[in-house]
Amino acid sequence: MARNSSLPITIAQVTKTYGKVFALDHVDLHIKSGEFLTLLGPSGSGKTTLLTVLAGFTRPDGGSLKFGDAEMITVPPHKRDVGMVFQNYALFPHMTVAGNVAFPLKLRGVVGAESARRVERALEMVRLGGYGARGVDQLSGGQRQRVALARAMVFEPRIMLMDEPLSALDKQLREHMQIELRQLHEQLGMTTVYVTHDQREALTMSDRIAVINGGRIMQLDTPRAIYERPANRFVAEFIGESTFVPVTVAAGRLMLAGQPLQTAEPLPADGQRLLMLRPERLRLLAESEDPGPGFNLLAATLAATVYQGDSSLLQVALPDGTRLQVRSASIGAAAPTEPGRALRLALAVQDTVLLPPDGAAA
Amino acid sequence: MSDLPNALALQRNALWERLGLASLVMPALLLIVITMLLPVCWLFYLSVLSDAGAFSLEHYQRMWEQPSYGRTFLTTFRVSLLTTGICILLGYPLAYFLSELPKRAANLCMVAVLLPLWTSLLVRTYAWLVLLQRRGLINNWGIELGLWDEPLTLVHNLAGTLIGMVHVMLPFLVLPLYASMRAIDRNYLRAAANLGASPLRSFWLVFFPLALPGLSAGVLIVFILCLGFYVTPAVLGGGKVIMVSSRIANDIEIFFNWGAASALGVVLLVLTALLIFGTARLTRLGNIMPSGGRP
Repeated sequence: MARNSSLPITIAQVTKTYGKVFALDHVDLHIKSGEFLTLLGPSGSGKTTLLTVLAGFTRPDGGSLKFGDAEMITVPPHKRDVGMVFQNYALFPHMTVAGNVAFPLKLRGVVGAESARRVERALEMVRLGGYGARGVDQLSGGQRQRVALARAMVFEPRIMLMDEPLSALDKQLREHMQIELRQLHEQLGMTTVYVTHDQREALTMSDRIAVINGGRIMQLDTPRAIYERPANRFVAEFIGESTFVPVTVAAGRLMLAGQPLQTAEPLPADGQRLLMLRPERLRLLAESEDPGPGFNLLAATLAATVYQGDSSLLQVALPDGTRLQVRSASIGAAAPTEPGRALRLALAVQDTVLLPPDGAAA
Repeated sequence: MSDLPNALALQRNALWERLGLASLVMPALLLIVITMLLPVCWLFYLSVLSDAGAFSLEHYQRMWEQPSYGRTFLTTFRVSLLTTGICILLGYPLAYFLSELPKRAANLCMVAVLLPLWTSLLVRTYAWLVLLQRRGLINNWGIELGLWDEPLTLVHNLAGTLIGMVHVMLPFLVLPLYASMRAIDRNYLRAAANLGASPLRSFWLVFFPLALPGLSAGVLIVFILCLGFYVTPAVLGGGKVIMVSSRIANDIEIFFNWGAASALGVVLLVLTALLIFGTARLTRLGNIMPSGGRP
């Protein structure tokens, strides 16, 4: 459909304030042509505001927005030629499915057989071929979502915006649609900006993720880098589970509860740091098991065990009383449950990640 | 089924519940029968009696034969149509403006729109008479400001009737229209713009059709109220604009001819009923939005 016709997006210094509150605080962001970029953040973080600035519904206080080389910041929404899927789909209730999908074509002077052909092809792409004559109210949530998608792409926009398009669907359908959306993107190749507050959705679908909080981009990177090398505590907390332990780097050594730790990255200068520990990256060692090189060893005692189906979550205490969480997959030997039992934990050196201390700027 | 334990008792409970619910409409139903249905039947009965008290169609025959009756009905429909039209021109932009305001401000403005309804109709009508007459406020100011030289005839004619009627009718149009516009999810308009619709096309293709049920309801209410309107046209029309209602009043107050008045009333009632069913058929009123509404 719209192969080889995507555009890069360049956002520079875009700022939007409501009173004294920054919804967007001097945002700079370059989105590559054909990229699937996700804006991820909690509600009120500014991610939706940024998307509506891209669509032209929100007038920022200032800044620059370019599609390709063209400055768009003052262009009204109906002249921007971007597709958008709304959170609640916004399908016109007084039109049929085909009427909705044909709407953008009609506005571009495409009518009659050509319009009918393209509408049917767009509906087939979202696997709704033959649904054209139905009323919008006769569709299920998942079908409406697909119609909204067909309507947004039928006019072959070079940029696609999606505002939490899957949030109204149940879990199973949502996971199914995530894969379908990703496939459609690979097929069509349009630059896509996707807004969500669901970290798993962001990790599943994106080429890159921009984590947003307080109107600022906290980190912009690939899903793997965001998860494994978060830039600060906010990003680490927002994506995945983690325990944070204040540690001190002194004389070029990192100590945790009296036990030395090695890191993959060179140690930062002496001072306070936060150690990020992902529960699933801490592994329980069997008695006298040697993890081999490349692992830090921690001695701990078990405090409590919670069975959660696919895994168990263990609360453990280090010798100095520091509490950690350890996730133990429900495979092989059952997780120990008796409190007070001595445990040995292995932590890969590359999973030993230090973050700036609390209160420090990212 | 009935061999299940307690089946009969449960059925009886269901029946009582339905009866209880039905009894809630009884007072209103009774009131309608006494104050509406019976008088209308009585009206119909009077209209087919001659002055001597025998059965006769003479009142209807006279209406058919005398052209002045036809003119009265034409005037009634013309004035009603004009009033409705002006109400749309004034009310549509107003309702749109109100629907775009934040809820609080809109409620405050709505009070201003409804304020006329809290004032006596008679007071408002005579107030217009004071304002519009030859030596009235508007003519005096107009001449003093040099806008026009001779006093304009603003009252006791069609213009005066329309001014007064529009003033009374406007809230009845704005109210349902505003409610219907307020209910339109503004995301539809955002979607339309995003898909390439200019503000004008987005209005015609999306906003107008979605607000149509409110407009139809408002237009119908205003038009029907206009058809039977008496006080304002009688006072501000000053005998120049004779509506069916004035004629009915004359027949009773001046000629004591209940039969003729009843016949006029019956014809007006039938014409109005035909009109409602006709427009309901044409616009498929209440059927414009697909059932289930928005997603």
